[in-house]
Amino acid sequence: MVTINPSVFLLTVNGQIEGANYPEYDNLYCKYCFVYGHDWAPTSGLEEGITQITCKGSQSSHKLIWNFPLETTFKSTNPTGWPQLVVSVYGPDVFGNDVVRGYGATHIPFTPGQHTRTIPMFVPEPTWRLQKFTSWLLGRRPEYIDPKVVAQGEGREVTRVRSQGFVTVSFHIITKDMKKLGYDTGPSNTANTPSATSSWSTEEQPYSTH
Amino acid sequence: MASSSDIREKLRRKRRALQESLVRHRPVDDIQALVPSSKLSEDNLETTMKEPQISEEDPGETLKRTLRAQRQRRKKKLLEQTSPRDDDKGVEEIPSTQRHSEEEGSAEKAAGSVVSSRPPTGSQRSVSCRAQQAPGSQLLESSVTRRLEEKLRAARSRGESLQEQEASVEPASRLHSLRDPDTRTRFDREADPDGAGKPDDPLALSTRVQFREAARRKGDGLPTAEEAYNFFTLTFEPDPRDGNKTKEKRRTSEEEEEEEEEEQQQQEGPDGNEDQNEGAPLVTDGDLLLLQQSTQDFLEMKRAEYLRSGQRIERENAVLFTPSLSSVAAHIKLADNMKPRYLEDEGLYVGERPPVSLSNQNVLENRILQMEEGKKWFGDDGRIRALPDPIKESSTRPPLFHMEEDLDPALHTVYRKPLKSKYANLYLSGAADPEGDYQLDVDVSGLIFSHHPLFSREHVLGSRLAQLYDQYLSRQRNNLSAHLTDKLNGLRNALRNILEIHGGQSLTPAMQRRISEYSLEVRSTRQLRDSEQEKDRVLLRNIVRVWKELKTLRDFQKFTNTPYKLSLRRENVDRASDERQCEGEILAEVVELEAEMEEDYQKKLGEYKRQLEEWKIWRRRQKAKKKKRRKKGQEETEEEDEEVSESEGPAEEGPPKPGPPEKPDIVSIEQQVREKASRIRRKPGEPILIPELSASGNITASEDCGSRAEVARREDVAKRSLFIKILYNNKEVSRTDSRPLSAEFRVHFGQIFNLKIVHCPQSIALQVFEEGGSSCCLLAQVFVPVPGPGVGGSSVPVEEFEFSSNQRVLLEHEGVGSDVPLSFEADGSNKQTLLTSGKLSCCVSWGVGEDGAALAPPLSQHPAAKHSGPGRLDAVTCIGAAGLYDMKKIGEWAKQSRLDPNDPKNASIMQLLKVASSGEVTAPEYFRLEQLQEEFHFVSDEELESSRRFRLLTLRNQEVAEFRNYKFVPALEREVTEKMFQDYEKKVKEGEVVDTKDHLDSHRALVAKYLQKIRESLINRFLLAKHHFLLSDLVMEEEIPSIGILGMNLFKLAEPKRPLKPQRKERKKVTAQNLSDGDIKLLVNVLRAYDVPVRRPGSSKPGQASQGAIQGSDWLHSQVQVRPFVEVSFQRTVLQTTTAEGPNPCWNEELQLPFSAPNGDYSAAALQSVKDEVFINIFDEVVYETGVNDRDRGKSIHTRLEKHWLGSVKIPFSTIYSQSRIDGTLKVNTPAVLLGYSKERSANGGYDALRSISEGAFITLYITIQPQLVPGETVREKFDSQEDERLLAAAERFEREASQSFPDRPCVCSVIDLNGKTVFITRYIRPLNPPQELLDAFPNNQQEATALVARFVSLIPSLPDRVSFSGSCDLWSTCDQFLTLLAGDEEEHAVLLCNYFLSMGKKAWLIIGTAIPEGPSAYVLTLEQSRFLIWNPSSAQCYGQYDTFCPLQSVGCMVNADNVWFNVQEYGSPMTLSFDTSKANLWRPFFSRSFSHPGLSSVQPEQLLYRRADRGGAAELQDRIEKILKEKMMEWRPRHPTRWNRFCTSTLKQFLPKLEQSGGRDGEGHRHELQSMLGDHRISGFPLHLPFSEVRPIVEAVFSTGVHNVHAPNVEFALAVYVHPYPNNVLSVWVYLASLVRT
Repeated sequence: MVTINPSVFLLTVNGQIEGANYPEYDNLYCKYCFVYGHDWAPTSGLEEGITQITCKGSQSSHKLIWNFPLETTFKSTNPTGWPQLVVSVYGPDVFGNDVVRGYGATHIPFTPGQHTRTIPMFVPEPTWRLQKFTSWLLGRRPEYIDPKVVAQGEGREVTRVRSQGFVTVSFHIITKDMKKLGYDTGPSNTANTPSATSSWSTEEQPYSTH
Repeated sequence: MASSSDIREKLRRKRRALQESLVRHRPVDDIQALVPSSKLSEDNLETTMKEPQISEEDPGETLKRTLRAQRQRRKKKLLEQTSPRDDDKGVEEIPSTQRHSEEEGSAEKAAGSVVSSRPPTGSQRSVSCRAQQAPGSQLLESSVTRRLEEKLRAARSRGESLQEQEASVEPASRLHSLRDPDTRTRFDREADPDGAGKPDDPLALSTRVQFREAARRKGDGLPTAEEAYNFFTLTFEPDPRDGNKTKEKRRTSEEEEEEEEEEQQQQEGPDGNEDQNEGAPLVTDGDLLLLQQSTQDFLEMKRAEYLRSGQRIERENAVLFTPSLSSVAAHIKLADNMKPRYLEDEGLYVGERPPVSLSNQNVLENRILQMEEGKKWFGDDGRIRALPDPIKESSTRPPLFHMEEDLDPALHTVYRKPLKSKYANLYLSGAADPEGDYQLDVDVSGLIFSHHPLFSREHVLGSRLAQLYDQYLSRQRNNLSAHLTDKLNGLRNALRNILEIHGGQSLTPAMQRRISEYSLEVRSTRQLRDSEQEKDRVLLRNIVRVWKELKTLRDFQKFTNTPYKLSLRRENVDRASDERQCEGEILAEVVELEAEMEEDYQKKLGEYKRQLEEWKIWRRRQKAKKKKRRKKGQEETEEEDEEVSESEGPAEEGPPKPGPPEKPDIVSIEQQVREKASRIRRKPGEPILIPELSASGNITASEDCGSRAEVARREDVAKRSLFIKILYNNKEVSRTDSRPLSAEFRVHFGQIFNLKIVHCPQSIALQVFEEGGSSCCLLAQVFVPVPGPGVGGSSVPVEEFEFSSNQRVLLEHEGVGSDVPLSFEADGSNKQTLLTSGKLSCCVSWGVGEDGAALAPPLSQHPAAKHSGPGRLDAVTCIGAAGLYDMKKIGEWAKQSRLDPNDPKNASIMQLLKVASSGEVTAPEYFRLEQLQEEFHFVSDEELESSRRFRLLTLRNQEVAEFRNYKFVPALEREVTEKMFQDYEKKVKEGEVVDTKDHLDSHRALVAKYLQKIRESLINRFLLAKHHFLLSDLVMEEEIPSIGILGMNLFKLAEPKRPLKPQRKERKKVTAQNLSDGDIKLLVNVLRAYDVPVRRPGSSKPGQASQGAIQGSDWLHSQVQVRPFVEVSFQRTVLQTTTAEGPNPCWNEELQLPFSAPNGDYSAAALQSVKDEVFINIFDEVVYETGVNDRDRGKSIHTRLEKHWLGSVKIPFSTIYSQSRIDGTLKVNTPAVLLGYSKERSANGGYDALRSISEGAFITLYITIQPQLVPGETVREKFDSQEDERLLAAAERFEREASQSFPDRPCVCSVIDLNGKTVFITRYIRPLNPPQELLDAFPNNQQEATALVARFVSLIPSLPDRVSFSGSCDLWSTCDQFLTLLAGDEEEHAVLLCNYFLSMGKKAWLIIGTAIPEGPSAYVLTLEQSRFLIWNPSSAQCYGQYDTFCPLQSVGCMVNADNVWFNVQEYGSPMTLSFDTSKANLWRPFFSRSFSHPGLSSVQPEQLLYRRADRGGAAELQDRIEKILKEKMMEWRPRHPTRWNRFCTSTLKQFLPKLEQSGGRDGEGHRHELQSMLGDHRISGFPLHLPFSEVRPIVEAVFSTGVHNVHAPNVEFALAVYVHPYPNNVLSVWVYLASLVRT
């Protein structure tokens, strides 16, 4: 099926949430979801998911491994609102309450190929010190009402967060028809890549050739 | 003893000599008295102590008295604080001196050793002070000394006053107790090692011991003269420095004085601080003394009682050692017979000892001395040995050599070049070269003064000479005159050539022009050359003159200061040729001049001729006029004569007769030329003089000068030194070394500074500082231009920058000073004022990098480089103040100086230039920050604008309603069709066009548009606010449990698990964003109903037997009055309960209705604007038997169920959403007439009868949304306001306090008007006239009129603000706005009603409270006949205060035009309330005495104007509604034919106006009429009454009654519509619906 005049481009994301580096915590699991703009729609695959709970190995490596596969395909007409992967890590605290251990987000890589992203994670901080204590005691730490806020810039100024751990995600990206629609996301170091300006100007070319 | 007395004698002599010298030198000797110079022996001390008493008693008397009083006061206080024994404390200090003075004569010799043990406290004090004082402060300023002297004097006189006062009080014997604890300790130890250190020895013992000690010493044979000396001196000199001074005793008196000054300084501590002055020494010494004294007394007592205790203490002392705090005398610390040695004095370096507090040091010393080999710890100077500084300079850690080899390679230190942040060079505007580091080399080579204050006269002349010579040289270099001469010759030749070639004939006009041009050129060149030559000549002459002056000056002063030497070199010329040349020159010039003059003459002659001609013409005309006049004159009247004479006046002043020009005097020309030549040129044959200035002359040495002033000047010069600060961007970056000023007034620095720059170079300035002695002053500042980017490396020549300073310097010696008039003439005339000036030679260039390129930022990066120097920046200096008015000049200047148009400082100039738009200055149109904007314009703006896709994206981004949630903007332009914009464009374009299709009423259409506009503007206003977030919007956080909550939780533990009456618990709220269709359900819990209308038993006329029988039997059998069920319809979903029986049914059923948001948008804003309403209809289920089926032979009975509408409750979804639940009993909206039903109860009980007063049915409901949605927050925007800030703040506070104390009672003080401004609520209340027609309707019946007015208000359609303005903010419109809009919330209705009532003379208040089902709402309270009535403005219903079914549930606050009262009563329900607002404990007023009503004017208009009721329009509307409804009915019955009973319709139509008139109350009459008319029909029907806003609600209401659902085969319908117009287009709509079944 070859579309000569595509009206959408496709972005296939394969990959996995490999694991996390949380030196202090154990028995964590991870939730993920995608955040994307108006002009994007997932065509296949899971948009949201939740991993298994993993414990640290007894070996030297103190990484938490999930190896949770991601496989989603998006279609879009507009690179605005490029999908972002939002991960949030949860795990039990000292009293066994399930508390959040970090939020983080990263854009899906633009360029086709293999990418590894290490997402620094953070959690919202309690407003008061006393609240910090009670939240620790009761196991009800502050959480984002919607984890998707970590993928947006609006309203973040009212929150205070503490950084906490890293999550490593690997991606394999395949795109389709992006060039035909005039979006060149190829690696910037290739010699024949035209500059940004001309890339825009060549937008008309696909139509003229057909 | 003898030897010691000898020594004492010697000392005394010395002391006396010293004393005398002191007295001679310093009349104020008293200082020494209070500061007993510790270097003296105690004899000395005695004298000094005595002396003040003798000499100083008198002058200090007055001061003493005042101070005495002070002192006493203070002492008293002190005494009171301490124990009574302390009486002695202050006393003991002074009497010692007293005693000394008294005993001096007699006891001196004998008491030698005794006294030695009792040094006066003054000494002690000085010691302690000395310790406090830093030893390094040797140098004292005289000012400090003076100050100290004063202080000392004051302090001393204080001390004396005390002394005098106490002396009389204290017995002399007590004085013996006084002793220096320090010395005592020492003696104790030495004499009595067992009991040492304890200050409890009695006086006698101590004295004895001291004597013994003396004896012991003598016995040892040690006391040589030297030792005795040491002994006496060192006793009081624990501080080695004092001993040091002792050695220097034989110094001159001058030195002594200095030392005294030093001592005074050391006294500064106690003297500077009064407390310390009196308190500190008192306390430290006094404590010890006191201790001693008291123990002494105590001991005496003890001795009487406990004999052994002394021994016990001694025994204790043998074991215990308490090191004394007092300092140890030096000689104890040293080995016997050793003098302290001070290495410092011997010139050896002694480092600074580590700081140890004196008390610690003393303790340590005492402790060490206690040890056996204690003395070895002390150095030669009697101090504890100590290293200068315990902290070593270098690290003492041993180097890890062995580690070096086997160090893990990973642990090796790797040097990495520090990376510069890439942002760092942003300072240098722009990031074009991230790696670039820029270096500016500033080479300051030196400076030469052209004038300096220290210049001698000769220097002045010399520098003038040098200047002139410089000028000469530079002129010589340019050699302008020669150049001009050459040019002149060339021009002359050219001219001659032209003339020769053409021979003066047949000259073409072009030629002629050229000739004239040439001659002009020759002329100007000649003039230039002449002036240059003249200048040369003058210069030369000046040089010679100055040189002569210099020489005479040198001769006069007989020494030479400057090395200048001028020699004039003669260059002989060939006289003949020279003369020839000169003559030729003169001749040529003469010829030229002649020609020029001739030409000039010709020109003038021509001019003259022309003028003469003119004059002649004029003359002739005049004459002709005169003649005419003369002829006329006789005939004309006098007036005309006057006129003529008047006109003659100006005519007389015609052009004067021009005189002929003078002939040029050719002869004089030659003379002039010759004169000039002799003036400006050397005479022919005269040798050319070439001055040569050399600086090779000798300067007379200072010794040979002979002039004292000159020597002083030279000395002064030698003292001066200069340095230069380099300021980069007004910050000092470095400075040169200070270099001395040479005798030639040159300073050579020769330093190059490499500035690594980060900031843009804006200015480089060099500041010349001069240092002379201790002072340092800024001479001048020289601005050096920032070099161009190419200027780099060593090739840059050193430039000289002149500087000058207007500092005024006047010198005593030979130096001429600066800014001082100076004359070289003998008579003092011809004064000159010279300012310090000079030349600074320096060069600034960019550094050269490794690759040889200049380390300069690119040109664009340092705009400041463009202006070279400060002068060009200043318009006034550049073009002069007058030039500022000349736009052109400014423009030129701006262009020249290349003003930065972006510099805000230049903004005004740029603006001016732009306005003038001279075209010369083109200010760039772009802002610098967006330099690359052009490059990013990949398409032109027009193209971008025309791009549909871009437009779509823009609109979506702007959140335009149509595109807000637009998904999938097509990727390609061509896929974006124009169709997408059609609606939007139509909306935009037709914003003004009234669309009557939907509204049926033009006015309402307009209003709707207006509302739409307001809504949009408000939405735009709120868009920003919506993007503001609070922490609670983003982060879910547990609240801190308060004590109350904890207590509640504890209480909850004790609660039964399954309570009998469970209470509803608050559910978790869900934010709307994660929801989708089907997630939300509307829960309607129908509990019960009261007073449902019952069927009228004999509904049909008695003749209809069969039906009557059935019904009758039905009635009889089951006693069923009514079988009601409830049907809830929401968003076209209809659910119903089971059927209950009776007029008071109980269902207790929960109905779940799905909810779907419009467009699937579950955002809070969208949910708020859902306009759907929940209809809760009560129906009566009626079973009709259709008859017995014949086939079944009566075995089966066919029945038909019919439901008859009884009433409805209508709750907007927005109400439920905002309140999250509705729980209560609501009044069912029953039609005025219900055919076949009656509201009359089968009254059989008194209670029921009472209840039936409240007409109508009621239903108890519980409605909520599952899951609970978070209601949209109110807009948290602070609105601007015209109210007083104070009022607003008070309102805010009032509301806050109210919500704190009663969170469930709404309190409103300030509201937002339609313009979005905050307005205080009382401004809304003002009596306003209701429509006159309403008042006229019932002129006599006040009650009826009131009801009608209320009805009118209720007929204005209600539109919740939440719905209309999707941001949930309550907007209050004024009454005229409300009447114009014809739509408003409860509060608008209430305000209008309240204002009407007020104008009708009622007492009325606005009630802000909560009601069912509206939630927070506004009602009106009136006081009528001492009865409070509560009016629901939306339904025109009034309730008594004690009405059970009053929808008003709680009252928050009451408002009238004057005040706002908040309900602070225990209960909020109106039934339990007292409405007496005067009681402050029940109603808290907003305006009280503390905050009075500021007299707020009303926002309401003075009067409301009404349009008359439009009957024609109403009739038209009536027809249209009827038509639409009929169509709708048929539409709703797609499978059944809909027949209309015309007869019934017309009958019903007649009833409706009657209903309107009666206000829907009197409806029973027509029922019978109807019944009689339509006898053979079973009729069920009712009139609906609605305020008119739109058609849609009417249709909805009709639909909800379900009349169309009657599916009986022979059913007929009747529908009548009546629209009653009220003033101002308020319309009351009646719809009568009936279904008729033919029986």
